[in-house]
Amino acid sequence: MSDALFRVGQRVRIADRTPPVHHRVPSYVKGRRGIVERICGMHGEPEKFIRGDGEPKQRIYRVRIPQTDLWCDYAGSEADKLEIEIFEHWLEAAE
Amino acid sequence: MTEPWGPHDVGGQQAGPVDLSEHDYAHWEWQIDAMIRLALKKGLISDFAELRDGIERLTPEDYNRCTYYERWAKSLAYTLVSRGVISEAELAAKIEQIRARQEAEGVA
Repeated sequence: MSDALFRVGQRVRIADRTPPVHHRVPSYVKGRRGIVERICGMHGEPEKFIRGDGEPKQRIYRVRIPQTDLWCDYAGSEADKLEIEIFEHWLEAAE
Repeated sequence: MTEPWGPHDVGGQQAGPVDLSEHDYAHWEWQIDAMIRLALKKGLISDFAELRDGIERLTPEDYNRCTYYERWAKSLAYTLVSRGVISEAELAAKIEQIRARQEAEGVA
């Protein structure tokens, strides 16, 4: 099993791309930045389950994003966060 | 925000009130569920991701017109045909056979 590319507390950016196949990244978080809240383990890559076996497995991170960064008209508390699990190959380090 | 992938990718859009009513499953819905689990167990489908992919390829019209298990049924049929497990002709013949039986029974 490879080492984790990102650590808890690190700032990451979710890739903004749309492969023409099932992928587990909703468009409203693509291109957004957040903080790694925890590392959730390994799972088969959904994009490679289509006519494949999902190998190699990819690490999953729970990424925490302020709701006010996601929705320009967000009316709730500024402390509200979205937490979403994102596969490692969708993440890059952000400043 | 980027372009949505498929008709399911609706996070953040206005949706109106949510229907929270509960309902029992129809017999055919149990059958679809059972067929999916069998197809997975027999390795005819690799993973739920493959069925999700079939659902996400529905046109927005079909996606919005269909109920939850109708979408699974369409995806299962699409996947089994595109993998060559069954042929389109076999599927069409079976649909015709069921339709004829229902008409004979007066339930169509």
